[in-house]
Amino acid sequence: MTELITATPGATAEGNQEMRLRSDLTAKEVMREVGAVLRMSEKDAAALSIDDVDVPEDQSMIINMGPQHPSTHGVLRLMLELQGERVLRCKPIIGYLHTGMEKTGEDLTFMQGGTNVTRMDYLSPLNNELVFSMAVEKLLGIDGDIPERAVWMRMLLSELNRMSSHLLFLATNGMDIGAVSMMIYGWREREEVLRFFQKVTGLRMNHNFIRPGGLAADLPAGWRDDVLDILDRLPDRLHEYDILMTEQPIWRERLQGVGVITAQEAVALGATGPILRSTGVPWDLRRDMPYLHYDEVEFDVIVGSYGDAFDRYAIRLNEIRESMKIVRQILDRMPSGDYRIQDKKVTPPPRARIDESMEALIHHFKIFTEGFKVPEGEVYVGIESPRGEIGCYIVSDGSSKPYRMHMRAPSFVNIQCLPHMMRDGLVADAVAVISSVDPVLGEVDR
Amino acid sequence: MTDVNNEAVQAAQPAMRYGCSVSDSRGQVVIHPTRENYIATLKALVDDTFVLCTDLTAVDYSTYASRVGKPGDRFEVVLNLISLERRERIRVRVAVPDADPTLPSAFDLYPGTEAMEREVFDMFGISFSGHPDPSRILMPEDWEGHPLRKDYAIGRIPVQFKGSPS
Repeated sequence: MTELITATPGATAEGNQEMRLRSDLTAKEVMREVGAVLRMSEKDAAALSIDDVDVPEDQSMIINMGPQHPSTHGVLRLMLELQGERVLRCKPIIGYLHTGMEKTGEDLTFMQGGTNVTRMDYLSPLNNELVFSMAVEKLLGIDGDIPERAVWMRMLLSELNRMSSHLLFLATNGMDIGAVSMMIYGWREREEVLRFFQKVTGLRMNHNFIRPGGLAADLPAGWRDDVLDILDRLPDRLHEYDILMTEQPIWRERLQGVGVITAQEAVALGATGPILRSTGVPWDLRRDMPYLHYDEVEFDVIVGSYGDAFDRYAIRLNEIRESMKIVRQILDRMPSGDYRIQDKKVTPPPRARIDESMEALIHHFKIFTEGFKVPEGEVYVGIESPRGEIGCYIVSDGSSKPYRMHMRAPSFVNIQCLPHMMRDGLVADAVAVISSVDPVLGEVDR
Repeated sequence: MTDVNNEAVQAAQPAMRYGCSVSDSRGQVVIHPTRENYIATLKALVDDTFVLCTDLTAVDYSTYASRVGKPGDRFEVVLNLISLERRERIRVRVAVPDADPTLPSAFDLYPGTEAMEREVFDMFGISFSGHPDPSRILMPEDWEGHPLRKDYAIGRIPVQFKGSPS
């Protein structure tokens, strides 16, 4: 075992993860840091970085923010180089929550995989399950055969999950900026959505409810009233948020013009979701590359224009409204029928059949111990999670476990925007910027 | 050359795009550049509106059932690109041999691959030449081995942290 692990001796410690001292930093490196992202010529970028390089080392100070800091949303550590209050450079250091979930995923069957992926972005677990299930279904070639009710149920859960995730964003965003009462309101509203999830899936988080082939169970009796209850209650509350925050001068002062990023930079950095949309790029996979039945529902893609923290806040607030619009349409169109595919290969037999039939018992046992085999191949499926594009890349070698399971985590990529957004800002705004990116460290580190 | 001829040429060579062979994986377009024309292919893709690189990852094929004992490279680096204009996805798979696990960095074309290339280095030990910050990203700096390689055992592992009783 030891020799397996040290199979590549000396291949590690290629570089230091921490921020390098100013004295070690060359103008060329600063140029790469800034210039490549801005797509500037070398000359322009060098001119831009003069300020940065010219600061004498004894005038700047490198401090750590995190990993234990309430406003870093988990265990994000930022190394900031400051000159007084001004942030010269910033480097996010991650990995404190790395638990090797992709490696674990290789040892779990396709049936068990959902329990693993749902724990990555723990604020939108259903979207993780959805993208994993869609990738497995595509590999199985059954992605077109999912029953209508299952598809609409998936949309319902996914949209409600988007609402709960954005509500939590509003709560933490408020807390970070200093509008502490918002924190309580955001958590309160999210709780109502989670209560519905608990009724449907049995759990508040980490549901493992959306599975390859459909869903784990049908919606419980009275689900429609519960959803309507949420939908009826939320608009007034959102209006309250507008009064409390959107219209409040202090709130606007605190967010407007903070953490600005342009469309070009956001695309270059691979940012998706509200960050990309805040720059004015109308890119939403639900509309631009429709999956499930998003092409059959009416909704608007909310777009900002300044690319600042306020736009990102406003986009998320209004996306809750759009999600509510979608949920109402789903309520109208929810068909009856199966909640999972009736394919014996993928679907376990119903519980009642197990008591009657030996074959059903064997089948049930086989599917839960061995799992089902997935044909050889590789697919990538990307969907719109509350934080941006969440993607699942699965390689199967024909066995019942994924040969490789990779999740494209939106927060992992979006976090790269932090150095860019914080550059030349104030250290007090750093918190506002982190909050506006809304990273979930469970998914950053996986 | 007229359009008709052009179509005929394209029909005769359906499996080439951006100078690379093309394959279809469950309806998704995959192109396979070699290591030598990897950067040139990415340049062509950027010019062809594939400006957003959503994902860069790698796969270790060393124990892949239908590839064991056959010639072929051990690793494959996989990129997923999006053309915002045409609303199209394309996947780039480039093979990387075990003997020399290096690849030119895509950082200059897609700055957003910075963290992803670090992750691939960390997990697979594939180094990216020209990367501005070639260090581990998820594992501690002094970690030995690359966890997502197939010869890295899963399960109980010795404690590797400094000063901890193992």
